[in-house]
Amino acid sequence: MSLINDFIKFNLNETTRKSIAEYLWIGGAGMDLRSKARTLPEPVTDPAKLPLWNFDGSSTDQAPGDDSEVILRPQAIFRDPFRGGSNILVMCDTYTPAGDPIPTNKRFSADKIFNHPDVAAEEPWFGIEQEYTLLQKDTKWPLGWPVGGFPGPQGPYYCGVGADKSFGRDIVDAHYKACLYAGINISGINGEVMPAQWEFQVGPATGISAGDQLWVARYILERITEIAGVVLSFDPKPIPGDWNGAGAHTNYSTKPMRNDGGIDVIRKAIEKLGLRHEQHIAAYGEGNDRRLTGRHETADINSFSWGVANRGASIRVGRDTEKAGKGYFEDRRPASNMDPYVVTSMIAETTILWKP
Amino acid sequence: MSLLNDLVNLNLCDVTEKVIAEYIWIGGSGMDMRSKARTLPGPESDPSKLPKWNYDGSSTEQATGDNSEVIIYPQAIFRDPFRRGRNMLVMCDAYTPTGDPIPTNKRFNADKVFSHPDVVAEEPWYGIEQEYTLFQKDTKWPLGWPVGGFPAPQGPYYCGVGSDKAFGRDIVDAHYKACLFAGINISGINGEVMPGQWEFQVGPVTGISSGDQVWMARYILERITEIAGAVLSFDPKPVLGDWNGAGAHTNYSTKSMRNNGGIEVINEAIEKLSKRHKEHIAAYGKGNERRLTGLHETADINTFSWGVANRGASVRVGRDTEKEGKGYFEDRRPSSNMDPYVVTSMIAETTILWKP
Repeated sequence: MSLINDFIKFNLNETTRKSIAEYLWIGGAGMDLRSKARTLPEPVTDPAKLPLWNFDGSSTDQAPGDDSEVILRPQAIFRDPFRGGSNILVMCDTYTPAGDPIPTNKRFSADKIFNHPDVAAEEPWFGIEQEYTLLQKDTKWPLGWPVGGFPGPQGPYYCGVGADKSFGRDIVDAHYKACLYAGINISGINGEVMPAQWEFQVGPATGISAGDQLWVARYILERITEIAGVVLSFDPKPIPGDWNGAGAHTNYSTKPMRNDGGIDVIRKAIEKLGLRHEQHIAAYGEGNDRRLTGRHETADINSFSWGVANRGASIRVGRDTEKAGKGYFEDRRPASNMDPYVVTSMIAETTILWKP
Repeated sequence: MSLLNDLVNLNLCDVTEKVIAEYIWIGGSGMDMRSKARTLPGPESDPSKLPKWNYDGSSTEQATGDNSEVIIYPQAIFRDPFRRGRNMLVMCDAYTPTGDPIPTNKRFNADKVFSHPDVVAEEPWYGIEQEYTLFQKDTKWPLGWPVGGFPAPQGPYYCGVGSDKAFGRDIVDAHYKACLFAGINISGINGEVMPGQWEFQVGPVTGISSGDQVWMARYILERITEIAGAVLSFDPKPVLGDWNGAGAHTNYSTKSMRNNGGIEVINEAIEKLSKRHKEHIAAYGKGNERRLTGLHETADINTFSWGVANRGASVRVGRDTEKEGKGYFEDRRPSSNMDPYVVTSMIAETTILWKP
C-alpha cells in the first residue's frame, strides 16, 4: 500500500495555501472522542480565528433528530501529526444553537473555575499520569496475552523490556513522538505493572490547558491504535483478579505550594480534599469501585488517606517535596476514564475556592 | 515492489515537455467511470485547447459494434495526483460522430440549464455531501465487518476514532489530499453512522463545475480504493436492516438567497420543489426507495417535508440560515448514486426557471 502512504504524506504546501483542520469533540458517552475535518482557505494558528462549526448531535446521543445541530467552538490548536504540513487538530467544546453548553460539555464549567481571579492568581499546575490498556482487536483480550489464558503473574512487566515482557511498545513510542510534534507537553512514558498496560504523562500544564492537552493526547493515541489495528481501553479495571487497574493520577501544585513554606499550603489543601472525599470520588470516573480496593497500589474507595511516598494512600506526597519543604502532591484516586476538565477544576475549586 | 513505485513516481519534468492526459468519461450504466490516457506534446490548462478523442462505445454499452466510435469532448482539467508533475485528469462528456450528445450524456442538458441567462444571473452554488461504503474485495462485505457477522449496532461510528470504530481512514485521508492536489474544492470529510461508510463534501462550486468536480472526486476515490484493494460502493442501501443508507445531500443557494431577505427566496424555492417532488425523486438515483424509508435520518420517499435542523425531513434549513435570514438549504433526498449533473441542474431549473 505504499502509494496510499504517498498520498497520506503529501505535502500540499507546494500546491495550495489551503490547510485541513480536524475538529475534535467529546461525544454523548463522555469518553467517546469524535472528529471530522474541513478545509480552511489558509493556515490558522489562533483558535479565536477558526470558524464555529456544527455536527449531527442525534448521531452521538447529544441532540434529538428533529433539532439535531450541536455547535462546535474551537478552543485549542495542535499540529496534526498525521497530515503534517500546516494542517491542525482543533480541540472543541459543544453548545446548543442558543449558545448554552450542552450537558456533556464539562469544559465550560472548568473554564469558569480557572478564570476565577483567585484561581488564576495561584497558577495551578497539573501533571496527569494517563494509564491505559491495549487489547487485541478480535478477542478484546489484552495485547500479548495468550487467547483463552493468562501471562505469568505481575512482576517482570513494570518498565520491562523484551518480547515476553513488553507488549505494544511501537504504539507507545509512536504516540510519544506524535504528541511532541503536535505541541502537547508530554513529559514521559513507561510500561506498567500489568502486561499490555502503559502510561504517558502530560504536564506540567496550567489550568484549563491540562484538560485540552490530555484529551488531544487521548485522541492521538486512539488514532495510533487505529493504525496499529489494536483496541484502546481506558477501563479502570480491565481484568478482574490479581492484575493492576488503570488510573489517571493527578499531580497538582499552586504558586504558594511551589514557593518556600509551600509544604504547609500543601497540608491544608490535602485536609480540604479529605473533607470532600465522597464528592470527589463521585466525579473521578465510572467503575472506579472495581479499581480502588486497597490492593494493587490503590487506597480503598471509602477511606481518605495520605502519606509521603505511600502508593497505598489516596494522596501521595513525594520525598523530594517533603525534603525541600515545597513542591506538589499526587491525587491517586482518579480512574483512567476520568474527565480531566472535571478532575483538574474540582481539585482547584476545593483547594482554592471552597471554604469548609 | 519498490522499483515499480519508483517508476510510477518518476518525475518526467526534467527530461521532456511531454505531458500525460487521462481522459475520463461516464459509461453506459450512468455510474461506471472509464478512462484512458494519451501523451500530449506540452502542458495545457484550457480544456477547449485539448484535442477531442474517441473510444470504443460498443465496449461500454454506448454504441453498436458496427458504429462504435463515441467522441469525447474535454470539459474540465485537474492536476493528476497519481502521475503528478504537469500531468492531468480531463473530465469529458460523450457525443456521436455527428456531434449530438449520446443518451447517457447528462452533462449536455445540465450545461444548457446553467447557461440560461436567468440561471447565470443567480450564480447557483452547490455543496454536495457524497456518502459511500467501502467493501472487502473478496467477500463484498463492508470493510472492517466480521465475515459472516455484524459489528455492534450503530452509535459509536459517526466521526468515531479507534480500530474498532473507524474502518478505512487511510483511504479517506489519501483521497482528501489527492483531491486538494487535483484542484477539487473538497471542503471536508467525516466518518458516517454506519461503520465502513464515509462522506466527503465538494463545494461551494458554481453551476456545471459542481458536477465536474464531484465526478472527478468519485474517479479519484475509485482509483485510490483500487490501490488499497478495497471495493467502492455508491449503493444507497448497501446493507439491509438497522444500518443507515448512503446519500448525496445537496446544499444549494442562489445569489438572492445569500443576500438580505434571502430566507423568503428560500421559502419560495422549497415550495416549488414540493410541487415537483415525484419528478425530482425519479431523477435522484436508482434504488432510493430502499433508503428513503422515514427511518435512519431520512424522510419517507412518498412525502415531501422540510424543517429547520430536522434531519428527518426531505429538505433541511440550517439554524444559522434561519438566524441570519439568508443562506442556503439542504436537499436530503438524492441518493449516493445520483448523477450530480442531473440533480444540480434540476434543482436550478425547478427553483429558477419553472413556473408552477
